[in-house]
Amino acid sequence: MADAPFASSRNPAPAARSPWRQAGRRLRENRMALAAVLILALLGLAAALAPWISPHEYFQQDLDKGATPPSREHWLGTDILGRDLLTRVLHGGRISFMVGLCATAVSLGIGVIYGALSGYAGGKTDSVMMRTVDILYSLPFTVFVILLMVFFGRSLLLLFLAIGAVEWLTMARIVRGQVLSLRHQTFIEAAQVLGLPRRRILLRHLIPNAMGPIIVYTTLTIPSVMLLEAFLSFLGLGVQPPMSSWGLLIKEGAETMEYYPWLLIFPGLIFALTLFCLNFLGDGLRDALDPRANRGSSGS
Amino acid sequence: MLVLITRRLLEVIPVLLLIATITFFMVRLAPGGPFSEERNAPPEVLENLNAHYGLDQPLFRQYLNYLGNLARGDLGPSFRLQGRSVNELIRGAFPVSLELGAYAMLVALIFGMAAGITASLRPNTRLDYVPMSFAMAGICFPTFVLGPILVLVFGLWLGWVNASGWSEPSDRVLPALTLGAFYTAYIARLTRGGMLETLSLDFVRTARAKGLPEKVVVLKHALRVGVLPVVSYLGPAMAGLISGSFVVETVFNIPGLGQFFVQGAFNRDYTLVLGTVLFYATLIIFLNLAVDVVQLLLNPKIRHG
Repeated sequence: MADAPFASSRNPAPAARSPWRQAGRRLRENRMALAAVLILALLGLAAALAPWISPHEYFQQDLDKGATPPSREHWLGTDILGRDLLTRVLHGGRISFMVGLCATAVSLGIGVIYGALSGYAGGKTDSVMMRTVDILYSLPFTVFVILLMVFFGRSLLLLFLAIGAVEWLTMARIVRGQVLSLRHQTFIEAAQVLGLPRRRILLRHLIPNAMGPIIVYTTLTIPSVMLLEAFLSFLGLGVQPPMSSWGLLIKEGAETMEYYPWLLIFPGLIFALTLFCLNFLGDGLRDALDPRANRGSSGS
Repeated sequence: MLVLITRRLLEVIPVLLLIATITFFMVRLAPGGPFSEERNAPPEVLENLNAHYGLDQPLFRQYLNYLGNLARGDLGPSFRLQGRSVNELIRGAFPVSLELGAYAMLVALIFGMAAGITASLRPNTRLDYVPMSFAMAGICFPTFVLGPILVLVFGLWLGWVNASGWSEPSDRVLPALTLGAFYTAYIARLTRGGMLETLSLDFVRTARAKGLPEKVVVLKHALRVGVLPVVSYLGPAMAGLISGSFVVETVFNIPGLGQFFVQGAFNRDYTLVLGTVLFYATLIIFLNLAVDVVQLLLNPKIRHG
């Protein structure tokens, strides 16, 4: 499973320099990961600044023009309603990144707290909590997300919550594994002997020491969350027009690809590029933070 | 092992009951109903429709009725596709989805493992980089991007296969590739990782020292252990194949269960949605159980310990 490598992943070598510094150096040496960071930064910045830098308004239609292939005025062409595709891609990226970050934050919160509590409690509580996770793992969760979106309206907030609620399971497993291996270390015992409240031990001592795997897995959760959002939008269940997300643009492009292939190809490529970079960054971070982990059995 | 299987089987019933309950009330508490869109219908007709399907009874009563029928394996009549039962619909549509999923899984296992083994034999050479770059690309092209692009290129531009449909044998190719691409890529990565680790173990060295041919060492000795990560991934993979099939069936217009489910959800066809969810859940639970058993059989450490 994806969490196996992390279970034994504490860096035992207390070198002269802090582990974080070493990790930073290893990451800087990884050219692919650096390129990924750069591209992501550009894409993210462009998306964040979309309202100010996009050449047209995202709702501005030009019905006389209709769909036109890429030209000097419209770099990526226009859609059937004459809307500038570059503008829509930038605005769509805003939503896609926002969903990616917010839903990941939700799953991060649930997963870390659940996993840490389970691992720290140990014994029966732990086995019941983890068995629950196992059972939830085996459920068709996408099906529930689809139901939620269909029956309770397609609001963005619900989308964050629904996706976040699905994606926390692996995080919970990883954090639990970390906490289990840290729990009996002397510094935790010292904290217990000092009589620190459990909350403080969890938040100040256990979770910070499990930060490496948490960061790695968070980076890998973002693409899968963005994928899920795009999947829902593609089925017509996510973001609604005239707002756009990459999933929605791909859906619209797929509907008319026979005549206007650029409407499918550009959003599709940009989305794939983003996922590619996020996955590369995740791999790079894992290699940097956790050099002993096995690259092949990674989660993504 | 028998104890484990029995324990897992006993767990299935409360889990399914829980799913049935959650889905039932989630679907019912949502605004709108299966007939609310027929605005032109006179109120008497709506009343009759509701009475016919028992929707006029108290919710809890309906819930008990549903569970009663469920215990007998009856998923009830479809609300929107009149005159057809949910059992009938699932029986008709599932074989299509199953066929699609099986092809996709086959594609994923054959190509994924072949690529992974090849890459692991010569790590950090071209034989490693080329298949693994393809694998990374496979992970990053989601089905709903890959599917339409494949249709565009091979269906519309080159005209080699039909752009959609499910009648000829050649109609299976693009959907199976689309659905299988991600899993091929993932399995390739898992196989590579597992094999790299295994090939450096002592028992492989022993096998080589015995003078066994390389083919036997790799395929018979090492693969058995190296493939374990792939086996444990099969459970999640099959669950993923099901949700992936929603998209693929939509893109290629395949009359499978995924399309029925999505349509049913849009139409608020309560029984169809409930029935498909329960069906999927049962399927996934049993597939997971099967995967666990296979894992036990493959891993001597667990088998004897």
